[in-house]
Amino acid sequence: MNIPSHASRSIVTRNAVSVGLATGLYGISFGALAVTSGFNFFQTQVLSLGLFSGASQFAVVGIIGAGGGSIAAIATSSLLGVRNGFYALSLANLLKLKSYKKVLGAQITIDESTAMAVANNNDEDLGRWAFWATGISVFVFWNIATAIGAFGAQFVTDPKSLGLDAAVAAAFLALLWPRLSNLRIRTVALIAGILAFALTPFVQPGIPVLASVLIAIFYGIREKK
Amino acid sequence: MESKWTVVVASSVIAFILKITGYIIPEKYLEKPTIKSITNYVPIVMLSALVIVQTFSQGQSIVFDARLLGLIIAFVLLLLRAPFIIVVISAAVVSALFRYLFN
Repeated sequence: MNIPSHASRSIVTRNAVSVGLATGLYGISFGALAVTSGFNFFQTQVLSLGLFSGASQFAVVGIIGAGGGSIAAIATSSLLGVRNGFYALSLANLLKLKSYKKVLGAQITIDESTAMAVANNNDEDLGRWAFWATGISVFVFWNIATAIGAFGAQFVTDPKSLGLDAAVAAAFLALLWPRLSNLRIRTVALIAGILAFALTPFVQPGIPVLASVLIAIFYGIREKK
Repeated sequence: MESKWTVVVASSVIAFILKITGYIIPEKYLEKPTIKSITNYVPIVMLSALVIVQTFSQGQSIVFDARLLGLIIAFVLLLLRAPFIIVVISAAVVSALFRYLFN
């Protein structure tokens, strides 16, 4: 039991580092986009340390950068973060976190750490190991990468001339892409996109994105009939 | 400046509360399948809306500009399974080139 577990631990650790490195690469784009959207270096870094959830972070800088209000940015970020709470709920029995570990574990409960924990939970020790290794690895690389991107972007005077506004759109699409696993989900995504497009001329920036949640509610209720 | 700090701190605090709530409350309270499936859809619809808004909106106007070209390139690269960073950089480069040549 101990020996194979040790061997598989090193494999899991290696995978965790690869996931962290890969995620870190887009941390660079987050850092750069945040600074060119008007956040300063420290605000950008605090987003990666504190908010620490890629989609929410891109949403905050995207919405503020496009002239959206503070409330819309906070609400969008938070709605995108609800899923992390559900990840925590499903991981609670596996991780059995106590005291300060609950705080640390909560902070690194994100897509990547959850996916790795679930992928390895046929052996509970290994599942826990996968969660911590991946969460810590992503946290470290993501924050280093954010600092690099944010520092580099301070010298950019005209973000549009570098196409950084298009890069934000591409980043959202790339975050969405792996979730489009079946036709139903693609349809729901398409309808949400059309709604956002149609609402844009009539409501304040930021609201079309929040309104898309109605589509999620509609299809979520219909699904379980 | 101050309102940006508000956004940074408030969104971080709420994000943490959401995460830790899952470890504190018993699972039975949120096991409802409807809530689960709504939650599964939330990131999908919001990311999709964010793609559209970020590509076409300028304040409250709809505009078709270099960003759309960037998005199309991103779409094609994702179909070809290109990694995240390549997708993002390519979209930026293509729309920057377009602006440089035609604006």
